[in-house]
Order: sequence, then C-alpha cells, then structure tokens
Amino acid sequence: MAFVQQSSPHAHKARPTSRVMLWVLIAALPGLLAQTLFFGWGNLINVVFCIALAIASEAALLKLRKKPVAFFIKDNTAAVTGLLLGLSLPQFAPWWVSAVAVISAIVVAKQLYGGLGSNPFNPAMVGYALVLVSFPVAMTTNWAEPAMLWDGAPGFGETLATIASGHQTAVDGWTMATPLDEYKHKITTHTATEVLNHPTFGEGIARGWEWVNAAFLAGGLLLIALRIITWHIPAGFLGGMIVMSLAFGNNADLYAPLSLHLLAGGTMLGAFFIATDPVSAATSHQGKLIYGAGIGILIYLIRTWGNYPDAVAFSVLLMNFAVPFIDHYTPPRTYGHHKARRGVPGGQG
Amino acid sequence: MTQLWDFSGGIHPPEHKDISTARPIRDAGMPAQLVLPLQQHIGDPAEAIVEVGERVLKGQKIADVKTGMGVPVHAPTSGVIESIADFPVPHPSGMADRCITLKPDGEDQWCQRSPVADYRSLERDEVLQIIRDAGISGMGGAGFPTNIKLRPPRDRKVSTLILNGAECEPYITADDMTMREKADEVVAGLKIMAWILRPERCVIGIEDNKPEAIAALRKATEGTQTEIAVVPTKYPSGGEKQLIQILTGMEVPSGGIPADIGVMCQNIGTAVAVANAVLEGTPLISRIVTITGEAVREPGNFETLIGTPIEHLLGQAGVNQDAVSRLVLGGPMMGYTLTTEAVPVIKTTNCVIAATAAELPAPPPEQPCIRCGQCAEACPMELLPQQLFWHAKATEFEKAEHLNLFDCIECGACSYVCPSSIPLVQYYRFAKGEIRAQQAEQLKADRARERFEARQARLEREQQEKELRRKERAQAAAEAAAKKQAEAEKAAAEGQAVDERAAKSALVEQALARKKAKAQASQSPAPSAPPTEEKPDIEALEKQLEQARSKLETMQGMLDDAKAQQADNVEKLERAVAKNHDRVQRAEEALSEAREKLAAGPTESQTTH
Repeated sequence: MAFVQQSSPHAHKARPTSRVMLWVLIAALPGLLAQTLFFGWGNLINVVFCIALAIASEAALLKLRKKPVAFFIKDNTAAVTGLLLGLSLPQFAPWWVSAVAVISAIVVAKQLYGGLGSNPFNPAMVGYALVLVSFPVAMTTNWAEPAMLWDGAPGFGETLATIASGHQTAVDGWTMATPLDEYKHKITTHTATEVLNHPTFGEGIARGWEWVNAAFLAGGLLLIALRIITWHIPAGFLGGMIVMSLAFGNNADLYAPLSLHLLAGGTMLGAFFIATDPVSAATSHQGKLIYGAGIGILIYLIRTWGNYPDAVAFSVLLMNFAVPFIDHYTPPRTYGHHKARRGVPGGQG
Repeated sequence: MTQLWDFSGGIHPPEHKDISTARPIRDAGMPAQLVLPLQQHIGDPAEAIVEVGERVLKGQKIADVKTGMGVPVHAPTSGVIESIADFPVPHPSGMADRCITLKPDGEDQWCQRSPVADYRSLERDEVLQIIRDAGISGMGGAGFPTNIKLRPPRDRKVSTLILNGAECEPYITADDMTMREKADEVVAGLKIMAWILRPERCVIGIEDNKPEAIAALRKATEGTQTEIAVVPTKYPSGGEKQLIQILTGMEVPSGGIPADIGVMCQNIGTAVAVANAVLEGTPLISRIVTITGEAVREPGNFETLIGTPIEHLLGQAGVNQDAVSRLVLGGPMMGYTLTTEAVPVIKTTNCVIAATAAELPAPPPEQPCIRCGQCAEACPMELLPQQLFWHAKATEFEKAEHLNLFDCIECGACSYVCPSSIPLVQYYRFAKGEIRAQQAEQLKADRARERFEARQARLEREQQEKELRRKERAQAAAEAAAKKQAEAEKAAAEGQAVDERAAKSALVEQALARKKAKAQASQSPAPSAPPTEEKPDIEALEKQLEQARSKLETMQGMLDDAKAQQADNVEKLERAVAKNHDRVQRAEEALSEAREKLAAGPTESQTTH
C-alpha cells in the first residue's frame, strides 16, 4: 500500500489563524460591553455593520482576485478588521463614514496589497485615518455623551435610525466632546480644575472611558495569557506613553495628566488590539518593544502638540512605516553566536 | 543537585510514550533475510570484503572502510551471503543503495570473540581501535563514527561528558527502555568513554517524564561521581545543543562542535554498544528499536538485529496493515516518512511509527503567514523563522543565510505551532539545499577557471621558453657564422686571397651542378633526391601537428569551462573540438607517413606538400 509522504514534523498543534482571530474577537467583548453600557448602542451597531461589510468586501475582492473565497473568509481576519473599526469609530458616526472606513481598509489597505499577510499597514487604521482626515466634522462631533444605558441614553431604534439616516443634527443632544478633546482645547484658557468640571470627565478620570479602557486592558491581558499576543508591544506602547507623560506632562494646567492619557481615548484598545496586529508590526521581541514604544511616544506627541485629540491611527501607521527598518536592526542573537547579525547581508550594521 | 539552565523556546507536544513502554524489551526474532547497507552513517561507505555465496559467522566483519571516515559492518548472524546489490535503504528520498544481503542459516554461530577483562590495562588507542572494529557509530543522530568522536583534537580537552538520555521526541522510548533494563551496561559504557576522555564531570541528562529510567540509573551510579540530571520535559531538550545549554549553561559556537567548549554528548545506545564491544567483544549487530503507533496492536521495544526489514518488525508488533496511513522512521517531529516497509533497520534506526490517518492527520492547507511570531517563540535556536520563511519563499538565500539559516536544527517546533500550518522546515531544507547547490556550483566554476588560467599561464610560459630557445639558437648560429667569417678573413689576411676567386668560381660551379642534378631528378623516377629536401617537410608537418594539438587543447579547455558553467555554446564547442581532433589525426597521419617514407630511403618519391 502507498504510505503518506510528508516532510517533518508530522505532528501539529491545532490553533489555526481562524481560532487566533476568534480569540481576538472574544477578548474584545468586555470592551464592547463597557462601550455599550456607558455610551449606548452605537458601538454595537457599528461593530455589527463593520464586520458584515468587511466580510462582504473581502469576499468580493477575493472573488475578483480569483482566490478561494470560503478558505480565506474562514480565517476571521476580515471580521477582526471590521471589529476594530466598529470599536474605534464615534458612536453616532453616519453609516457612510463607517462604510468608507471599512471598504478602504479591506479593499485598499489589505486586498490590493496582496491580501492577508502582505499588507504593510494596519488595515483598520488606514480606514480610520482616511475617514478622520476626510470627514473631520463627522469624526469629532458624533461621540456619544457618557450616559448609562439604563439612564437616559438613546434607545436602540433611535441610535440605529440616526446612524442609518446620517443626519448629523439629530444627534446633537446626545453627543459631547471626548475627554481628550475637551481637555486639549480648554486647558489653553482654563485651569485644570476648571476643565475637569465638565461633565465629560465625571467623578473619576474620564466618565465611561475609564471603564472601557479597563475592559480592553482585561481583554488584552487575556490575549497575553492565551499567548495570542506577547507583552512586548503593549508594554512598549504604554511605557513610551508613561515616560513621555512623566517627562513633559507633570503640569496638569498645561497638559493632560497621565491618568487621562491612559484611561481616556483609545489607549488600551490601541495597545492590546490594534498595535498588536502581527502582520504590520515588528517581529523580534526587541523590535516589538521599540515598535510599541514608538507608537506610545507618537500618540503622546500628537495628542499634546498636534492637532488631533487622539492619535492611535496616525501613530500606528507611522510606526508601520518604520517596521522594515526596525526589523533590520533588531534580530535576536541566535544560539551559538556572540551577537545578533544586524542589518542586511554584506552591509554594515 | 545539578544546576540547570533553560533554553529559549521549545514546545510541549503530546508525548505518546506510554504506548510503547507498557511491555518490556522483546526479541525481534530472526527475519528470513538481513539487508545490511554498506553506508549506515555519515562519512564514507564500507566496502564488502565477502563474496556472494560465502558462509559467514555471527559477528564476522563483512565490510570495512579502507580509506576515509567510517566503521565496518558485521554479520548479525551466521548464514550465507546472498547478494551484494542495490536495495531500498532508510533515507528521506526513498533511494536504493549498495547492501549485502544475508540469508540466516538458523544456527546463529558466533565467530571468535575476544572480550577485554580489564580495558584499563590497555592503551587508550587500543580501546578506541576495539570500538572502531566493533563498527560503532553514534546511535542517535547522524551516526558519527564513535572512535573518531572519542578522540577530539588535542587542543580540545573534554571536561564534561554528557550522556544524552533526554529522548525528547514524542513516541520514542528506545533509550528510556534501555536505561530501565540495561542501566548497568549504560553506566559501564559511560565509564569506558570517561576513561578514554578523562573528563572532570560526567552527567546523564534525562527528562523528568522517565521516572523508572531515572531510578534505575540512580541505582546503577550509586557511589560514583556520575551526576543524574533530571531536566524538565520540553521539546527539543534532547537536541545536542539544547542539552548542553541545559546542563552547562554554555552554547556550542555556531559552526563549531561541542568539543570547542569542552563538552561531548554521547547517546545511550552508543554507551551500551561500547560496553558490549569492550567487555564482551561483541560488535554492533543489534539495537533497540521502538515500534509504536496506533496501527500496531502490540507496540513496544525490540532488540533487533541490524539489517532486519521494518516489515518483519511491524509483523512482530502485530501491525494492522490496512490501518497504516503513514510510516515514520524516527519521531513525529524530525523523522521522515518511508515509501516501503522493506527498508532495513540500520545502526541509527531508533523508532518506527505506524500511524493511522487519525493519529497523524494531514496538515490543513497552508495559509498566508501573518507574522504572528509563534514560531520565533518556539524556536530553540533563537532564530526568526518567519523571516527565514519569507526569504526562502522569495529565494532570497543571501538574506536567509544572513539570518543564520544554517543554525537551524530542523527540530520542527516552528512548523508545529504555526497557526497558518506553513511547512516551515521544508522551506528551510529547500533553502539550505539550494544554497549548498549554489556553493558547489560556484566551487566547480572556480576550479574550472583556475584550471583554465593555470593552463593559459603554462602555454604562455612554454611559448616564451620556445622563443628564448629560438633566440639562443639564432644567437649561437650568428656567433658561429661570425666566427667562420672571422676565420675566413683571417685566412684571407694570411695570403690566400689569390685563391679566393678560384674558390668562388668552384663554388658557383658546384651549385650549378647541383641544380642540374635536381632538375634531372624531378624528371626521372629514381633520382638521388637529396635528403636535405625531405627534412624541412618533416619539420613543417611537426609544426602543423603541434599547432593542431595546441588548438585542440585550447578548444577542449574552453569546452570544459563551458560545460562547468552550463553555457549555451557547449554544442558549438563540441563540434569545434571534434573538428580539431580530426585535424590532429590528419596531421599525425601525414607526419607518420612522411617519417616512414624517410625511413624507407631517399629513393622513394618526393613527399607531397
């Protein structure tokens, strides 16, 4: 009889990419739950819409590229891109903003670069940055006022209707500037105490946001525990941000305090779910630390001295540019070698 | 308590070792035919020293390596040499190689053995010779001849001798069972090797999943200084480099050998073989082989004669032929699949897995790499498997080499954890093979160029020497002429001037007479043709021949180079060479013809031009 011919190893551990991505989706659920509890139905609706559209666009492009559609759809990576956008976009962002973000993420940033594994840039962040610069008003005025779901937030139907109609004016009563935005613009003319009086901050650090960030942190720690991501990128990310804040931001009357940097905005989502996209991140442990730190530092720089209140997308994309460079200079030291072989073959390093 | 270090990476695959440890070591019995490959280890193949039809005794040397690195092969039982021919041998390619086949006569009659009661009374080199003559090569990995390994370079003092009992690959239990049942032989072999090497430290490294073996060895080493180091179970702790790191904290330098850092690893089975060879005078004619997998009913370990076909072993273990989907020689991580169960057990065969389809299912189809880095986490050599994969796939071999491709030990940990089920190790093997082929090609081309340049230089030198000789001759002739003239002048000056005119006219007359005779000769069939006429012809022919030869040589050189570089003008050059060959032949014929004629006498007719 003919025996199976196979190159070693003959044993494999079954945790395919699809399962890895599924775990990412699961680990993001606490964050999504917190968002829904504190900011209403917007994020949930966005997540569902973005995932569906992401899968549809991926399928369409795979078909165009004559690739096996089901084989690639099953890897769940398009769903994760959709999820990340749904979690990041403003709660009342009109549907067409989300659609532009998702389609540009999947079609341009992922499939046109060659599909899964070939994209140099984080697809979700390409989509996000694109709509952020293209539709600045829609992207800054549609953040939900932190209101408990059980305490006066707009209902599911109202939220859905607002997103679907895209009528900006309808949502004015339910929206509010984000804490980072509020602080950034008020601190130039007010003292820290005055700024923090605004209801967006609430009793704690940043009403609602602190719980959302805590939930994403918990989900992120789960991913580390499951060995789906390593601690290096989040540690570099948060470390870079903390070091910058300690070095430059200790006067709360001038700059947002560290607590706000860590627990308001997209910090934890960015650190554990976005920056850790392996395809567009650095590879070695040392490289990952540098890559993460670069993102943390850039976020702080842009938030503090740039024009944008939050800057996860831009920082991630800028560091994506730097990945080949980082990879060249941070290979690990191989067993039996005195030092790592940096740089390129024949080059100096 | 021995201090232990950790190695980076590593994985914890399911062990499946209990399948084959439930039964004690059994005797595999006598197969109908033994197939003994002449090459069973790295180095040079042995040459048969028996004839077909010859009767041999058990333990008799039947093949040996005359020159080069290698050890002899012995008859595992008494019987008749049936054939010396090509048979399928254990090799990933499924190739056939030269083997001696032996038909056992059932008598199992030993040859004369000479056990050594007290090896300490011998010279170390004598003991090494015994080990060599017993045909012992490493029984774990590539099968390096043990006597050579036990004699490291003089400047490499082995201070730590490690016996590798880690046996980290899933399924395999040959070393485990050997340690359990033959602990005394293991320790005896270790003692002999330690006596040869005189290390400061002797360690037996065993994974903590083998409590019975640990207990047995602890008992056997009681009262000695040999350490039993129980190492945490983690694949590939039994890799030579990893075990050295675990036990010494040191790393074997890239491209070096353990002896470079004063360490040597030996295999459990090798230790037993050494003990048997020295103390019993028994050559290496059998070994312990694990037969396991879900497709055999009675898995376990077998004391197996070298040369026993796998088929026979599977039969002994109660194989369910229909259930076997994959036959793996070695472990599931680094072993290779067999195309046929006809291949024999050789000195390095430690395990055969007869796996069902459910047990070792085909991997899912390869997906794109998402650079997740799980492979780098698992890599015990601290490589960047995903980068190596990208470069191998893009055939950017230079970059792969730069990222230390050749430090990869092909343990398979990266492929094992890859969520995209990319056969990473296969990509590395491909890249290594390509690079080696390129290097070989480059070497060949370099040699061809060197040869060509050396030849050019030689031709030039010869040309110059010829020129020089010609000049010397010309000078000598000129000097002689000058001398003659001077003498003539001298004579003239001495008063022979009167005769000068007469002499001159006589010379002219002579010349005229010669011319006349020549004219006659060209008309008449048998004139006395002056030999002076023949001589220049031979010279011209010789010159012609030499020219043709040198041209042929040039063309041949060019053809060799073209062939080495696989240039596209090979055919053209071949034609040119053939043409020049003809030309040389023609010139040779013409020359020999001319010489014959010359030898036959000047009376023969004129040579044709």
